[in-house]
Amino acid sequence: MNLLIIITESFRALRLNRLRTGLTMLGMIIGVAAVVLMLSIGQGAQANINNTIASMGSHLLIVVPGATSSGGLRFGIGSVKTLTAADAQAIAELPSVEATAPVVSGIAQFSYGANNWSTSISGVTPDYFTVSNWVIERGDIFSEADVRSATRVAVLGKITAENLFGTEDPIGKTLRISNRPFLVVGVLAAKGQSLSGRDQDDNVLIPLTTAQRQVLGNQFPGSINLMLVQAKSAEMMEEAEQEITRLLRQRHRITGKMENDFTVRNLTALAAVASTTAKIMAWMLGAIASISLLVGGIGIMNIMLVSVTERTREIGIRMAIGASQRAILTQFLLEALMICILGGITGVALGITCAWAISQIADMPVVITLSMIGLAFTFVSIIGVFFGFYPAKKAASLKPVEALRYE
Amino acid sequence: MSGTNIAPNQPLIRVENLCKAYNLDHPENQSACHQVLFNINLEIYPGEFIAIMGQSGSGKSTLMNILGCLDTPTAGSYWLAGRNVATFSGDELARVRNRNIGFVFQGFNLLKRMTALDNVAIPLLYAGMNRSESRKQALSLLQQTGLGQFTRHYPNQLSGGQQQRVAISRALVNQPQLILADEPTGNLDTQTSQEIMALFAQLNRDRDITIILVTHEDDIAAYANRLIRLKDGHIVQDEMRSPTTV
Ligand SMILES: Nc1ncnc2c1ncn2[C@@H]1O[C@H](COP(=O)(O)OP(=O)(O)OP(=O)(O)O)[C@@H](O)[C@H]1O
Ligand SMILES: [Mg+2]
Repeated sequence: MNLLIIITESFRALRLNRLRTGLTMLGMIIGVAAVVLMLSIGQGAQANINNTIASMGSHLLIVVPGATSSGGLRFGIGSVKTLTAADAQAIAELPSVEATAPVVSGIAQFSYGANNWSTSISGVTPDYFTVSNWVIERGDIFSEADVRSATRVAVLGKITAENLFGTEDPIGKTLRISNRPFLVVGVLAAKGQSLSGRDQDDNVLIPLTTAQRQVLGNQFPGSINLMLVQAKSAEMMEEAEQEITRLLRQRHRITGKMENDFTVRNLTALAAVASTTAKIMAWMLGAIASISLLVGGIGIMNIMLVSVTERTREIGIRMAIGASQRAILTQFLLEALMICILGGITGVALGITCAWAISQIADMPVVITLSMIGLAFTFVSIIGVFFGFYPAKKAASLKPVEALRYE
Repeated sequence: MSGTNIAPNQPLIRVENLCKAYNLDHPENQSACHQVLFNINLEIYPGEFIAIMGQSGSGKSTLMNILGCLDTPTAGSYWLAGRNVATFSGDELARVRNRNIGFVFQGFNLLKRMTALDNVAIPLLYAGMNRSESRKQALSLLQQTGLGQFTRHYPNQLSGGQQQRVAISRALVNQPQLILADEPTGNLDTQTSQEIMALFAQLNRDRDITIILVTHEDDIAAYANRLIRLKDGHIVQDEMRSPTTV
């Protein structure tokens, strides 16, 4: 009997038991849909994090004031003002360091015309833009000279620019920051969320000195909130970390067993951890979803066993008129496989639909790849063969007389 | 199988000291064993029309199943067209059942979910023929057995006699040289039984098909030209005779 005929025979058998076939298939459909959905959500999250990391700048260290706290890395305003711009300058001279970017930050009130907006403001040096991988979309960044003379110029994040200026071109316009006029010189290209989930495009960058003296009003003149340090290469990061620690201890006169009054963290390593975590999460979600596939597979085996028992007499008749064991085996295996494949197709469609719906409704990034669909189908076929084989084998190894005698 | 071209003087079937015992999986008596056939010796030649008779439980069906390669003997040997069946692989047995032997059952054993036409066509499909050719051949065979207008009926839409004709057509479709019929008229009335028997007689006479049939009724057995009688698993009578009714 050729394969095409066996396929049509199997299809006929499945059609005759529509409800049962449908219910069995449902297990597969749900399983496959869950796998596709979970993988797409997981990979979406992963892609998101990888984007963030790519936009973050490479081989970065971050230095913040204060001793290492058990809570780990703290962004934002340090509790102690021990780190200064002079520290940053000294660190920039270290052989393993490419550049440093001292940052002071806080919240300020902005206004342009009738528009008011309150968001984070950072005082930075021109190096900051290169170190943290910012791309200028319009206009330009401010210069070293601006930092030296503490001019009132500002570079706006994409969101801030949109919120304050709408469709107007902000370049050359004057906005007020904490009631002082600032000239807008540039607008940054959008970057999206940071690793900690903060929107990085809602910000304003002004010269470090301007921020220190005119906007944020530091208690300790010259102190900074954090410092980004770019190592010369990925290999030199550890060396840079050690050199920075040694230099800062020396500059801050910390000796012997005294605790550091600053913390150096490897941002790139943190990002790598975040990326790995996201990857593991993606696969975990897939693995959990595939349990439902497994359950669906067991359902198929169960139904196929019932079907073989019910059709024992049919099997006996077929054997009596010349069906080989192989023909019987193929027929039942194909029935199981067809449930799986049809369920797989429907499940992939359902999974993609759900993923799309979730991306629309919950604004979650989802990624659907061909390899994901391929994986789902491979899985489903393996399950079909694996769980279909035993019942099919059982059918094929029935003895003709006994099968014929079965009531 | 080289069965199609054996010489008439060579037996189609040769059975030597054939025994069959059933294992009764008794909870108390593990090795309980019920012997049903005792040292059966038989030679059946091409073209014979044989009736097997005997009381209920005498082992007729058991013998037929072994001859039909549906079951295996516990001892002794069975030679079909000169070849020892015990040496056949599963695939070879399937092939023999498909090409060389046609089985007709008391309960018809048609596949319920298929039309008469498809029922007759399946052996051709198992022989490797394509669907349309197999249907064409099945149709012509059904027309020959007088069921031309019932091809699209399902078994439960046919009378017993019609079902048995479909079953006979199915047994004939691969042109076997041997037909085994276990009480083929057991579920039919006298009139229909006579019609079915006339069909068998015609196949035996016109196509030279060897027929072995089991029956309880003398007027059915009368169609045969050889009568074998079983009693408690032994052959107690094996005689040639001329058929009385045709
Ligand atoms: N699968 C089996 N397991 C155990 N014993 C069996 C089995 N099949 C048949 N027998 C026994 O073998 C004996 C012969 O059975 P068989 O079916 O061959 O009789 P029969 O001559 O065809 O009878 P009938 O005329 O009623 O059809 C019976 O005693 C029966 O109980
Ligand atoms: Mg019987």
